[in-house]
Amino acid sequence: MILVFEQLLNGLQYGVMLFLLAAGLTLIFGIMGIINLAHGSLYMVGAFAGVWVAAQTGSFWLGLPAALAAAALTGVIIEAMVIRRLYDRDHLEQVLATFALILVCNELIVIVFGRQPRFAGIPDSLTGSVELLPGLFYPLYRLIIIAVGMLVAGGLYLFINRTRVGMLIRAGSTDREMVRALGVDIRRLYTAVFALGAVMAGLAGYLAAPLFAVQVGMGERILLATFVVVVVGGVGSIRGAFVAGIALGILDTAMRAFVPGLLKTVMNNADADALGTGLASMGIYLIMALVLLVKPRGLLPAKG
Amino acid sequence: MTILRTLALTTALTAVTTTAALAADPVKVGMITTLSGPAGYIGEQMRDGFMLAIEDGMLGGVEVEILVEDDQLNPGHGRQIADAMVYDEEVKIMTGIIFSNVAGAVVPDVVSNDVIYISPNAGPSTLAGKACDPNYFVVSWQNDTLHEVPGMLATKKGYEKAFLMAPNYQAGKDALVGFMRGFEGEAVGELYTQLDQVDFAPEIAQIRAAQPDVLYQFLPGALGINFLKQYDQAGLEGIDMVLPEPVDAVMIGAIGEAVIGLTEATHWAPNFDNPASTAFVAAWVDAYGDRPLTAYAEQGYTAALAIASGLLATGGDVSDVVALRDAIAQADFESPRGDFAFGVNQHPIMDWYEAKIVAGDTGPQIIAGDLIAEDVGDVYAAECSM
Repeated sequence: MILVFEQLLNGLQYGVMLFLLAAGLTLIFGIMGIINLAHGSLYMVGAFAGVWVAAQTGSFWLGLPAALAAAALTGVIIEAMVIRRLYDRDHLEQVLATFALILVCNELIVIVFGRQPRFAGIPDSLTGSVELLPGLFYPLYRLIIIAVGMLVAGGLYLFINRTRVGMLIRAGSTDREMVRALGVDIRRLYTAVFALGAVMAGLAGYLAAPLFAVQVGMGERILLATFVVVVVGGVGSIRGAFVAGIALGILDTAMRAFVPGLLKTVMNNADADALGTGLASMGIYLIMALVLLVKPRGLLPAKG
Repeated sequence: MTILRTLALTTALTAVTTTAALAADPVKVGMITTLSGPAGYIGEQMRDGFMLAIEDGMLGGVEVEILVEDDQLNPGHGRQIADAMVYDEEVKIMTGIIFSNVAGAVVPDVVSNDVIYISPNAGPSTLAGKACDPNYFVVSWQNDTLHEVPGMLATKKGYEKAFLMAPNYQAGKDALVGFMRGFEGEAVGELYTQLDQVDFAPEIAQIRAAQPDVLYQFLPGALGINFLKQYDQAGLEGIDMVLPEPVDAVMIGAIGEAVIGLTEATHWAPNFDNPASTAFVAAWVDAYGDRPLTAYAEQGYTAALAIASGLLATGGDVSDVVALRDAIAQADFESPRGDFAFGVNQHPIMDWYEAKIVAGDTGPQIIAGDLIAEDVGDVYAAECSM
C-alpha cells in the first residue's frame, strides 16, 4: 500500500515536470502556431546557467534567477532571430529550423562548458526525506518540485484568465489579425509569450538539475514525452497540459512500477520482464493513440 | 657557367629526393572514436590518454600520424570512416572504438583486410569467442568480465541477496548475466530501465520494497548520474551498492557527495603504485592539468603502448602483418595497471581491484585497494581456436 502511494507521488512529481515543459510548448504551439523542437534547449540552457551561477556563488538560490533570466534571454534571442521568420511558413520548415537550433545550442554549450556533465547540488535545507506516513519516507526535494509545479500552474491559470495580457494572449490565439487591427503590437506579444515559455522551461531545467544529469542533450531526453503531453492535453490548452501532464506522469510511473509485477502472476519471470518493460515504455504513446482516436483534438482542447 | 649551375641544381635535387626516401612516411594509425554527444567525453579521455604515449611524434621509435575521426556513436558512420581509412588511406593499424555496437559494425571488416585492430574499450562477446581473429586485440576488458568481477566482489563481501538493474538493451542484459556468473548469492529482483530514462523514482521504490543486501547497477553515463543522485536523495538505508568500472571520475564529479563510500571493481585507478602508473598520471597532470582522469584514458594509453611494442619490434614495417601482430601478442610493455597478458582470444588476462569512492581535495575520487581476483580472463576464450 505504501509502495502504491509512493509511486503515486513519484508519478505526480514526474507529471509536474512534464507540465512545466509542456505549458510553454503548448502556449507557443497553440498561440503562435510554431512547432518549437528547441524547447528542450531552453530547458538545458536554464539548467546550465543556473548550475554555473550556483557553483560560482555557492548559493542554490542565486542560481534560480540566473536560470530563469538565461532561459528568457535565449528565448527572446531565438524568437527575434529565427522564430519570427517562421510564422508564415509551414510546419516542415519550422521543424527543420528549430531542429537546427538544437544542434547549434548543443554545440554552443559544448564550447562554453565542455562535454563533461556538471555537478548540481541541493542546499542542505532541502536534502533528506520527510516521513509522510508511517514507513513512507519521501525526498523533500521532490515534494518541493511538486509544490512549485502546482504554484506555477495556479499562477499561470490566473495570468491567462484574469489579466489583460492573458486576455490578449487568448485573443491572439483565436484571431491574430483582429487583435492586430485593434492596435495591439502582436509581435511584442509573441515575443513575450515565447519568453514566458522559455522561463518555464528554464525553471524546469534548474529544478531538474539536482535530480538529472546536467549535460549536453539533456533537453532531447524529455522533449518527446513533453510533445505527447501537449498532444494528449489538446494543443494550445494550458489546462489540458496540466491534466495530461499529471495523468501521463502517474500512468507512466505506475506502468513501469507495476506492469512487470502483475504480468509475473500469469507468466514466467523472464517473459514478464521483457513484456512488462516493453509495454511500460510504449505506455504513454499507446495512451496518446487512444486519446487521439476518441478525441482527436485532445482531452481539453483550447477554445476557438 | 650555365652547365655548372644546372649540375649544381641537379645534385641538390637528387640530394632532396634521397633524404625524403630515407625518412619513410610516418606510420598511419586510424582512430575511430566517439567524440560528440553526451558520451563524447569517453572518447576524449581515451584519445587524450593515447596521445600521452607519443613522444615527439614517435611511437615505439617510429614516426606516426594519428588520424582521429568521430563516429558520432553511429555504427553506419563508423563503418564509412573505417572504409575510408582502410581503402583510401591504407591504414594498417586501427584503434579507438568505445561502443560495442560500433565495434560490431567496424571490426570484422577491418581485421579481414589484414589491418590490426586494438580495442581500447569495447569488448563484445560476439568477437571474443568463435569469431576471434588474430588481427583483433582488446586491451580494456571483455564486456562480461566487467560485470563478473563485481559479482565476485559482492560474494567476497558476504552479500547474499542482490538486486540487479540495467538498461533494457543487449549490453544491459549481458551485464546482469555476467554479474550472476560471478555472484554466488541469489537475485531478489531484476529491473530493466529504458535507455533514455531520466526519472528513477519508481525503480527506487521497488528496490526499497525488495530489501536486498546489495544493489548492483550498470547504468552508464547520464543514466547512472540521474540514478545515483536520485537514489541518494531517497535515503535508502541498509542497502549497499556495488558498481562496475564505467562509473568513472567524470561521472562521480557530476554527482558529488552522493557517491562517497560506494564500492566499485576496477582494473586501474590513479592511485596505483607502480612506475608506469605514476609516470602516466604525472604526464596527464602535466598535459591536461586538473581535468578528471579516468580508466578510459589508461585504456587509450595502454592501447598506444601495445601499438608501440609492435612498431618497436618490427622497426615500423607495417607491411608484414603477421610479424606485427605476433609482436603485439607478446604484450611486451609496462601498462599502468601492472600485470597484463593476452589470452588465447587476445583479450586481457589481468588483475582486478576493489575500489572505494572517497572524498578528495578536489571532489570525490576513486581509490583502488584490495585485490579481488588475479589473472582474470574471460569465458569466451575457450571457444576461440587460433
